[in-house]
Amino acid sequence: MPRKTEAVDDTMATDRPEIEIRGLHKSFGDNHVLRGIDLEVARGEVVCVIGPSGSGKSTLLRCVNLLEEPSGGQVFVGGTEVTDLDVDIDAVRRRIGMVFQQFNLFPHVSVTENLTLPQRRVLGRDKARSAAVALENLKRVGLADKADAYPAQLSGGQQQRVAIARALSMGPEVMLFDEPTSALDPELVGEVLSVMRVLAGEGMTMMVVTHEMSFAREVADRVVFMDGGVIVEQGPAAQVVGHPRQERTRNFLNRILDPAAAGAPADDGRRPRAEDGGSGTG
Amino acid sequence: MTSRLTRRQRRRISQGIQYAVFVAVLVLIGVLADWDRLQNQFAQKDLALRLFPEIITTALRNTVIYTMSGFLLGLVLGLVIAMMRLSSVAPYRWVASVYIELFRGLPALLIFIFVGVAVPLAFPGTEIPGGTYGKVALGLGLVAAAYMAETIRAGIQAVPKGQMEAARSLGFSHARAMVSVIIPQAFRIVIPPLTNELVLLFKDSSLVLFLGVTLQERELTKFGRDLASQTANSTPILVAGLCYLLVTVPLSFVVRRLEARADKAV
Ligand SMILES: Nc1ncnc2c1ncn2[C@@H]1O[C@H](COP(=O)(O)OP(=O)(O)O)[C@@H](O)[C@H]1O
Ligand SMILES: [Mg+2]
Repeated sequence: MPRKTEAVDDTMATDRPEIEIRGLHKSFGDNHVLRGIDLEVARGEVVCVIGPSGSGKSTLLRCVNLLEEPSGGQVFVGGTEVTDLDVDIDAVRRRIGMVFQQFNLFPHVSVTENLTLPQRRVLGRDKARSAAVALENLKRVGLADKADAYPAQLSGGQQQRVAIARALSMGPEVMLFDEPTSALDPELVGEVLSVMRVLAGEGMTMMVVTHEMSFAREVADRVVFMDGGVIVEQGPAAQVVGHPRQERTRNFLNRILDPAAAGAPADDGRRPRAEDGGSGTG
Repeated sequence: MTSRLTRRQRRRISQGIQYAVFVAVLVLIGVLADWDRLQNQFAQKDLALRLFPEIITTALRNTVIYTMSGFLLGLVLGLVIAMMRLSSVAPYRWVASVYIELFRGLPALLIFIFVGVAVPLAFPGTEIPGGTYGKVALGLGLVAAAYMAETIRAGIQAVPKGQMEAARSLGFSHARAMVSVIIPQAFRIVIPPLTNELVLLFKDSSLVLFLGVTLQERELTKFGRDLASQTANSTPILVAGLCYLLVTVPLSFVVRRLEARADKAV
């Protein structure tokens, strides 16, 4: 499992973490959603964020690219403080790709234009160059043949792969995924996860909010369990998913790994599926 | 007894009654109305023919020009006001709201009179560019903008929030995202209601009647009314009316088609 940590070491041994979150707080009115988050993601590292619904996972991701304005604390991406009021946030966001649960493709333009429009309007690339980059990234997600289709003509899985290709076309240093497979029919989840798996293998720095425990076990360098706006537990996937130390983590994993057991007492014997991971997947 | 009737029978009886009422009203109108007088007053064939081609080449043409220039001005102004309504700067929102309430709450005729009288008073020495055409475009445009602003605002808000977020996450500025991503989608949503607004404007252009216009600037209603008084016969009014329908009926048909398509697309 520590295969990617090596890659990190020989490329960026001396540099700061790609993402650095310090004492992050976020409130919506009276609702104190993030209550002091400290988290670092090294270059090339894949961090999966898990936790119950409403625990602030999306808010955490959205604070990294400032879709939400943090109420307190600092966020650095690639050494730039994005929470600095003087920073050009559009420039920062170009370096951070984001993939949403609902895909959010632009429905009024074709698949290719979904990829070329941001390149041209934001990066100022010319037509030919942006089209070449678009095609290259569509190939990467296995959808070069859908270049002329419109988003509505694609399955959910294909739409999400296009959304990933669109983010990649901007050449990001970091990719944020907010439950990228949660809106998909079960049979379409695999194709999206395998694209993400390849991306992780290529050394992309990724923060992934997901409920796909097998993906987390297989791909994540580190799993972060959040509950109630704080990080309850973090560590290698085999530990957090396989041998959680905290009661809250155990309860959560029991619920999502075996919904039938929801409400049953958290008991070590109830985690067979979590524990057999790691060896069977590679 | 009614309980003995099947649903089919009941429906037939109900329809039969409705048809009977309809025919009875038609017959009543047919018998009571003085058709000869009506025909004399409204449908003099040779008089009608003498209106051509001027009623088309001048009157209908002017109606179309007034409508289109008012529509275009209204569209641009409406877009600006819609953006102000959605602005994060409170005074912009207030100004936009006041504008919308004011111009939707006033009769279009008052606004026309206002444009004709108050603007030259308020800005002495300045002429509204384009003479009558400019005045009409301004009058129609000011009214249309208020309605269109609300339509466009609703269209912009109907675009899912995720679209703006996706665009921002790709590095679009708010303004660029609006122009490249949000407004193109909003316009698809608002094409049917905007076309509807075009139909309304087409009819409102008749208010030009109340601004002094030259012979060459007359549109359908003014033209029809002038000729009716010249000839002491109302046939020109009827012909002018038919000219309106010639445009509004097909346009309404287009609106219904667009609406049906929009329903399917969503
Ligand atoms: N834009 C918002 N406005 C107000 N409350 C919000 C907003 N976004 C999220 N919240 C609240 O923040 C809490 C955490 O939400 P979220 O980060 O979406 O959780 P998760 O992704 O873990 O399910 C929830 O209580 C939610 O209602
Ligand atoms: Mg969420």
